[in-house]
Amino acid sequence: MSTIAPVNQPTQPHDPDNGPATTVIKSWKAPIVLGVFTVLGFLLLVVFGRSGVSTMSLSTSSDLIQLPDVLLPTRETGIVVTVLLAAITGVSVWMVQSSRKVPIWLYSVFAFLLLLGFLAWASADERIPVPGLLFGSLSLAVPLIFGALGGVISERVGVVNVAIEGQLLAGAFTSAVVASVTQQPLLGLLAAMIAGVLVSFVLAAFSIKYFVDQVIVGVVLNVLVTGLTGFLFSQLLAPNKALLNQPPKFERINIPLLSEIPIVGPVFFRQTLIVYIMYIAVAAVYFGIFHTKWGLRLRAVGEHPQAADTVGINVTGTRFWNVSLAGAVAGLGGAYFTLGSVGAFGKEMTAGAGFIALAAVIFGRWDPIRATLAALLFGFASNLQNVLSIIGSPVPSEFMLMLPYLVTIFAVAGLVGTSRGPAASGKPYIKS
Amino acid sequence: MSAVQEPPAPGRTPTPEPVEESRWHGIFREITTGNAIISVLAVVIALAVGAVMIAFTNEDVQESAGYFFSRPTDLLSAVWQAVSGAYSALFQGSIYNFRRDTFADGIRPLTETLTYATPLIAAGLGVALGFRVGLFNIGGRGQMLIAATLGGWVAFALELPAGIHMVAALVAGVAGGALWGGLVGLLKARTGAHEVITTIMLNYIAFYLVSYLLRDGFLKTPGSNNPQSPASKPNSVFFDLLGPGYNLHFGFILVIAATVFTWWLLGRSSLGFKFRAVGENPNAAKVAGISVQRMYVYAMLFSGGLVGLAGINQVIGTTTSGFGAGIDSGIGFDAITVALLGRSKPWGVFAAGILFGAFKAGSFSMQAAEGVPIDIVLVVQSLIVLFIAAPPLVRAIFRLPTPGAPRRKPVPNVTQEVVAK
Repeated sequence: MSTIAPVNQPTQPHDPDNGPATTVIKSWKAPIVLGVFTVLGFLLLVVFGRSGVSTMSLSTSSDLIQLPDVLLPTRETGIVVTVLLAAITGVSVWMVQSSRKVPIWLYSVFAFLLLLGFLAWASADERIPVPGLLFGSLSLAVPLIFGALGGVISERVGVVNVAIEGQLLAGAFTSAVVASVTQQPLLGLLAAMIAGVLVSFVLAAFSIKYFVDQVIVGVVLNVLVTGLTGFLFSQLLAPNKALLNQPPKFERINIPLLSEIPIVGPVFFRQTLIVYIMYIAVAAVYFGIFHTKWGLRLRAVGEHPQAADTVGINVTGTRFWNVSLAGAVAGLGGAYFTLGSVGAFGKEMTAGAGFIALAAVIFGRWDPIRATLAALLFGFASNLQNVLSIIGSPVPSEFMLMLPYLVTIFAVAGLVGTSRGPAASGKPYIKS
Repeated sequence: MSAVQEPPAPGRTPTPEPVEESRWHGIFREITTGNAIISVLAVVIALAVGAVMIAFTNEDVQESAGYFFSRPTDLLSAVWQAVSGAYSALFQGSIYNFRRDTFADGIRPLTETLTYATPLIAAGLGVALGFRVGLFNIGGRGQMLIAATLGGWVAFALELPAGIHMVAALVAGVAGGALWGGLVGLLKARTGAHEVITTIMLNYIAFYLVSYLLRDGFLKTPGSNNPQSPASKPNSVFFDLLGPGYNLHFGFILVIAATVFTWWLLGRSSLGFKFRAVGENPNAAKVAGISVQRMYVYAMLFSGGLVGLAGINQVIGTTTSGFGAGIDSGIGFDAITVALLGRSKPWGVFAAGILFGAFKAGSFSMQAAEGVPIDIVLVVQSLIVLFIAAPPLVRAIFRLPTPGAPRRKPVPNVTQEVVAK
């Protein structure tokens, strides 16, 4: 299910359904999306503009190097941003017209400007702590990133991983119990990885050995883990909270020197051990998949198992062990819930994070770096809402909460478009 | 899912041996290798696993296990007490309660089962229809919420004569679900956006939209701070099927009709033929002149509409006293398991919905009577689906013969849609 047949590509020249717009190969999607956002920006920042001064503090009180606050006049900032947005849209129209590809950095600049304008608008006569905003975003994104990495590994090797949610939840539960009993968060981390692997074993066994549809197994595993952890929580953890559900949390570790870099330091280098493991994991998965023999084999098995088999790669074994690895990575993300942020296991505490991670995998087009960026986007958007609700945003909080999901739909529909996953993902390999 | 590649029924496969089998032997083989036995055994295994979980976490069992070697019978009787108590409570809560005096009272649990099954079947049909076209609709939650919003608004805000009001609310609800689902189809057809992403995102969007509307929008109850809508007007509510003593309502009849309709649509109509063609192989369907894009939109409209039926059923059937943002109560996700268990066939979904409805109804009495958490039902349900999906595993556990002649290679139990992609 993760792949979409090439039939749906809207840019195909002779498509009777899409009207005359698609009879040319130029895709006008990007300018249209940018244009829509520019109009929205104009409405919000200029028509409904607010007056006042927006303050953005760039340093925390504990920083060595103190940066001065940035003061932005709200209305003027809105007008400038809108003009720049319109200019970028114009550039993209011109580029598409002259059959050029709109570069990715232009989108980034556009998104940054839009965000800046919005932040300034929302914080008229208020102060936004930028390091706090980014720090919280990273924290919220950590489990999503681990989950997305697990999804990328699993799907790249040809097994659709809908069970990320289950792996996260199993990791969260096991790490809480093991860490409370042993009072060792590191053992909890290890236990979370093992729990993720166990969930993966079921996924691998049923989809690789018994050829059960991988989506079915994934969905069912999520339900199974939800039921199992919920049952054990009510029966065992809730009555024996002191013994089984009070894990020690990881302490924050400040990395010398790096943690004193303005803005970057407090956000990235004053985190817990799990977050540092996450940095390593992202780099390792990226390097492993694209620059090692292991990664080449993994991708070969996911794209064309028959060819891989012909050159002597053990398809079943490769799939089995890499799906297990994916489970271990996702399990780590689960441990972050209990050992990194919350500090105790709660029923269904992952609250759909696994599905967001799955969306990040597809949004990131099965690429570890892009999937990480997508996960960061989700984390940022959720935390933006938290920050704005503290300073009292003029927008109802529900709409702020909705925003990341709305942006994702726009981005997937307008910019990403048809996403093509690993060719053999979702198909069992039956050796003849 | 269509699961067309089920191993061919042994009765129809020509056996390779030249010797004529005896009639009884043939019947025996049919019983031990058929699909029905797999389903029954899957339920048995799942219940057995559930029994182990109940026994392990029971306090009496844990206590008596402490002195197992001095008096082992205590442990066994404690296990028996725990497991039989829980499962008889499950049965009495879902099918027939022997402790009641009259038949009319005793049968009430069964009507509860059907009431719980109603939205599960409706939403399950929607998800199953999506599966048959090769679409994975995880958006049941959002579709139900929008259906409840539109249908609920018609139900509590308008003043219409009896009958017409109910139909109006029903139509509004189904339309709401179809709208939210159709949006996904449109996005997929127009831009190629993956339906898994868009349905998940639309779930959240619907949830926050409804939360806002309940807090500060047109769903807000005047003069109340609870995020809950006003109660549906009596005219709009589904009438009771068995009188006021039972919760079973007209929604169940509608769901039977919806099952028949889906069966007709998929199996007998030309649109359904196109749906299945796209589901089996979109490339071939396109070559055959079927507009794949259009089929995606239509399929999501129908799928969302059926899920919307589940949503409106909640508002004017089950919880008529007004609804909150949790009105879907997880049915959108349960529906996926229902559709999988029913193998995406309308009547299969119907049966699976009733089974899951029975679990749901029974789980409450199990929790009330024996203190077994409701979550055990999730475990049992998921295990059933898992085992039914893997017949070779069930056969291996019970050492059943593999169907038909000695087979050269295993048949994949995978849907055509997935293969086609």
